[in-house]
Amino acid sequence: MAEGVCVITEFREGSFRRISFEIASEGRRLADELGEPLVALALGESIGDLATDLGNYGVEKVYVLDAPSLKDYRAETYVPVAAEILSNLDPKVILIAASVDGKDFSARLAARLGAGLATDCTQLKVEGGSLKAKRPMYAGKAFAWYEWSDGSWPQMASCRPNVMDCLAPDTSKKAEVEKAKVEVAEGNQTQVVNIEKDAGGKLDLTEADIIVSGGRGMKGPENFAMLEELAKLIGAAVGASRSAVDSGWRPHADQVGQTGKVVTPNLYIACGISGAIQHLAGMSSSKYIVAVNKDPEAPIFSKVDYGVVEDLFKFLPVFIEEVKTLKSTC
Amino acid sequence: MNIVVLLKQVPDTETKIRIGGDGKTIDTSDIKWIMNPYDEYAVEAALRLQESAGAKVTILSMGPERVVESIRTALAMGADQGVLVNDPGTEGSDALGKAKVLAAVLKNLEFDLVCCGHRAVDDDENQVGIMVAELLGIPHLGLAISVELGDGKIRIVRPIEGARVTLEGTLPALVTFGGAHAVWNPRYASLPGIMKAKKKPLETKTIADLGLSPDEVGMQAAKVKITAMELPAERQAGRVLEGETSDKAKELVRLLHEEAKVI
Ligand SMILES: Cc1cc2nc3c(=O)[nH]c(=O)nc-3n(C[C@H](O)[C@H](O)[C@H](O)COP(=O)(O)OP(=O)(O)OC[C@H]3O[C@@H](n4cnc5c(N)ncnc54)[C@H](O)[C@@H]3O)c2cc1C
Ligand SMILES: Cc1cc2nc3c(=O)[nH]c(=O)nc-3n(C[C@H](O)[C@H](O)[C@H](O)COP(=O)(O)OP(=O)(O)OC[C@H]3O[C@@H](n4cnc5c(N)ncnc54)[C@H](O)[C@@H]3O)c2cc1C
Repeated sequence: MAEGVCVITEFREGSFRRISFEIASEGRRLADELGEPLVALALGESIGDLATDLGNYGVEKVYVLDAPSLKDYRAETYVPVAAEILSNLDPKVILIAASVDGKDFSARLAARLGAGLATDCTQLKVEGGSLKAKRPMYAGKAFAWYEWSDGSWPQMASCRPNVMDCLAPDTSKKAEVEKAKVEVAEGNQTQVVNIEKDAGGKLDLTEADIIVSGGRGMKGPENFAMLEELAKLIGAAVGASRSAVDSGWRPHADQVGQTGKVVTPNLYIACGISGAIQHLAGMSSSKYIVAVNKDPEAPIFSKVDYGVVEDLFKFLPVFIEEVKTLKSTC
Repeated sequence: MNIVVLLKQVPDTETKIRIGGDGKTIDTSDIKWIMNPYDEYAVEAALRLQESAGAKVTILSMGPERVVESIRTALAMGADQGVLVNDPGTEGSDALGKAKVLAAVLKNLEFDLVCCGHRAVDDDENQVGIMVAELLGIPHLGLAISVELGDGKIRIVRPIEGARVTLEGTLPALVTFGGAHAVWNPRYASLPGIMKAKKKPLETKTIADLGLSPDEVGMQAAKVKITAMELPAERQAGRVLEGETSDKAKELVRLLHEEAKVI
């Protein structure tokens, strides 16, 4: 009989990524509602004692797979062993990160296990002993509630980063660790040739708490220096509209919108962005939205908490000075 | 060299979404249908390989009759032939059901490379292509922003959080395409292209042709179902700050710090 919740963590370069703690916390909540145990699956290289720390977030037991061929995520090395362990564990619910690698991993696992998968969920709950998941569609223009067919276990959901509340870690709690006994393949279909780190440990837009974004109103690539300065002061990542990307002012990875990144930061500051429907789709779920635009009729103003109708070249330098004053006093 | 592109037709990104009368699907009246933008990047990438490696490009789609228009668009861009699976028995299928249908077609086609979007911009599920790769037992190289062929291998660059990864895979493989319009700049269909497209082969199949039945891939087989849809809460009209530039700047800092507590 299927039982319990299993979270699949993401381990990269010597540590668990934050999303792992988010889904562990969410998993704890669901396991409590089900009145069933919470376990985790950790794959990677040199995980060592770190797996016990997942206990800080309520994980009772961690199945660890530690091997050199698991250093980077590759479907051919990860999926067979994870599927084997999960088949034996037979959990009711599997949670996984809707991160870049997690998206691949989850869909592959679901196909192999014949499981129903709801991707990129923003809310999960248990009703009548079964999972219900809310997920955005149309880049956030609508939401759908997913349910699983009767008796179809496991119920798999991937969680959008930065959305699920992380429990305050309780360092007195350690998880029991079991080294999983399965054969890890070497993998000969795919090979990571090179990993080139973004300069300065750049924050990924999907994981940033604050985003400062610029559009065609920025007038040129050089003016994004202003946004970079502001971003540095308040710990933000810099985003862009498609126009700014199409003009070659910003890298494509910075594009926010229906055909770019869909983001949900606590604060989104849009500078010189008109608010086209495709852009709004990508950022409307941000907690607070600020727009700086000289056109009072710009559609972006229908979405903002605080609107500034000003020439951004006049406003931003003054605003940046005020932020500096704030930062120097607290 | 044979390349198959998986193509989904989706509502135009300009579409304002309304919930349908049943409360669990969207209202599709007045919707303009377009090729999924990420699939357009996949078509563009395939056509570049068609030019550089002499590949033959087949467009494969599943959906109703209206999808023919998007397949013809891809043929007008330069693809060689199309296959459409049009069968009411696939109604209500989930991602895995769809992947099974597409994989069944692929098993009967010769291919070295399958190209598709990393996600469809309507349901945003990010599943179908990856599941097809799993069902076919071939590598999936995801979120490509560039592709290169050589020595029976394919090499892509993909952005992950905070880095760019160069990944190499053996053929046959499935590549899902990411990036943005600016990365791929998909070509437009030319007028002669449109004329030629009308004469290019486009085959329609049912799931019975593929040896599948609705209870394997249709509603009955679906492991997940959508029980309700809702629109996001309308945002309350915000506050437009008043005064001189310096007043506004001071006030915005105060609001963000004291009221919103975000800086
Ligand atoms: C299939 C498809 C997909 C798309 N996907 C996306 C997507 O993912 N993301 C996206 O962003 N767009 C997307 N778009 C494009 C979208 O439709 C808009 O064209 C784009 O968002 C506009 O960018 P913008 O707001 O920067 O430029 P504009 O619409 O040109 O707006 C510039 C704004 O800057 C203001 N401004 C100018 N000068 C100043 C100044 N000195 N001070 C203050 N304000 C100033 C203007 O008043 C104006 O409101 C997509 C389009 C299509 C067709
Ligand atoms: C309960 C339920 C009922 C549904 N009923 C229907 C229905 O009756 N009809 C319907 O059309 N959808 C239906 N859907 C939606 C459908 O199952 C989704 O399209 C599917 O789950 C894949 O998600 P996606 O479209 O976001 O594709 P993604 O997984 O995001 O797509 C990724 C890529 O896969 C390829 N791809 C996806 N779909 C197709 C396709 N049809 N043909 C070729 N390539 C494709 C494309 O290359 C695309 O870029 C239903 C979904 C659920 C959960």
